[in-house]
Amino acid sequence: MAVSPENQDKGELSLTVNGRLRSVQVHPMARLLDVLRHELHLTGAKEGCGEGECGSCSVLVNGELVNSCLVPVLQVEGARITTIEGLAEGPELSALQKAFLECGGAQCGICTPGMILSASHLLTKNPNPSMDDIREGLAGNLCRCTGYMQILEAVARASCRGPGA
Amino acid sequence: MPRARRMRCDPADYHLIAPGKLEAVVSLLANEPGQWLPIAGGTDVMVQFAAGRLASRKLVSIWNLPEMQGVETLPDEIRIGAGSTYSELRGQVVIASEFPLLTSAARWTGGIANQNRGTLGGNIVNASPAADSLPALLAYEAELVLVSLRGKRRVPYLGFHTGYKTMLLERDELVQTICLRRGFSGYVHYARKVGARNAQAISKVCMAALGRLRGGVIEDVRIALGSVAPVPLRLTELERVLQGKPVEPKLVAQAREMAAAAIEPIDDIRSTAKYRSAVASNLVGEFLEQLRDKGNAA
Repeated sequence: MAVSPENQDKGELSLTVNGRLRSVQVHPMARLLDVLRHELHLTGAKEGCGEGECGSCSVLVNGELVNSCLVPVLQVEGARITTIEGLAEGPELSALQKAFLECGGAQCGICTPGMILSASHLLTKNPNPSMDDIREGLAGNLCRCTGYMQILEAVARASCRGPGA
Repeated sequence: MPRARRMRCDPADYHLIAPGKLEAVVSLLANEPGQWLPIAGGTDVMVQFAAGRLASRKLVSIWNLPEMQGVETLPDEIRIGAGSTYSELRGQVVIASEFPLLTSAARWTGGIANQNRGTLGGNIVNASPAADSLPALLAYEAELVLVSLRGKRRVPYLGFHTGYKTMLLERDELVQTICLRRGFSGYVHYARKVGARNAQAISKVCMAALGRLRGGVIEDVRIALGSVAPVPLRLTELERVLQGKPVEPKLVAQAREMAAAAIEPIDDIRSTAKYRSAVASNLVGEFLEQLRDKGNAA
């Protein structure tokens, strides 16, 4: 395990992003967020705080919600990543995306991808959440526009429409 | 200004390797002591990294190391792999039913995304005095299994943190397991976090306590506080005073005073020493009243 004291070279690493096997040349310490945005040009996940407080960079890793700004890419080698770009089926929006549109759950849009990923994670684990469950599931995602009510309503509406949300 | 706050670091300046086995990790720590920083879920380390404040340039991933996963339930204790995430702790029935202070702490640490990555072992070695899970570990008198190439040793968690961010962990050691002795089913468990909000907010004060009455007097009591001193604090002197006495208003008043005197809170961005002191007193008072009301039921 020879490691030079200075720079570590980029290495090839594969991961499955939104169902497609992707191979990237990256530094092992590169943040998953930067790999998604800069290497794979998936700019749905946003950088808000860059320290795991705001949830704007939320994605799913093997179905688990994470803040992608806090994940070094080496730790997700071979993993399945789902970003906001992977939720719609072609031109057909997911039930959650539709509900966000209908309820006015998005304004400036910065927090929206993270909100929808958190909601998707919640509904997978708990298809019939109470309002308290929804509040807890989305508590790690900050929004400065909507006042949250429309977002919570959107998640409740999507959950009423059953699985696949 | 916002640009300057971003990414004061270049991933090219850092090494990260993932050997995948505990033995390989402890070999590395033994052969190059102090050179490698273990990283699990990254909820603390990656924040330091992004801020350009991560002193270690060589990191070794211990995320998902099989030897640090899972919860083992034995007749007299449970053994929690240090790599267990808060989400995993929340999902453990044995923890929820017998060690609810730990379940509460796991529930109010960060949001769901951080709970999916943050680990109990990471909370211990990151050694924040405000860490939510540490008062629970003090109250349950947890023991830690530390592992290195030299072997394993088991130490009490009480006294493990010796000062602000300092601890009795050698440079070649990892926290592998957290052991909790069973037998608290008849106890009153009390957990409170006082912060700006439930999720994501770091505690202004947090407390974990448990106790049991017998014949109207306090038979056993443990009180631990976070965010009120350089280390998570167990109020052992107060516990000794409470032992063997009935919970009467005079004792509660004395306990509130002793709690305020035992802590060393500071003014910082989250709160003030004065507020923390008042809250710590109130929480101790609230716990003792709950102990009085519920303690005999069992």
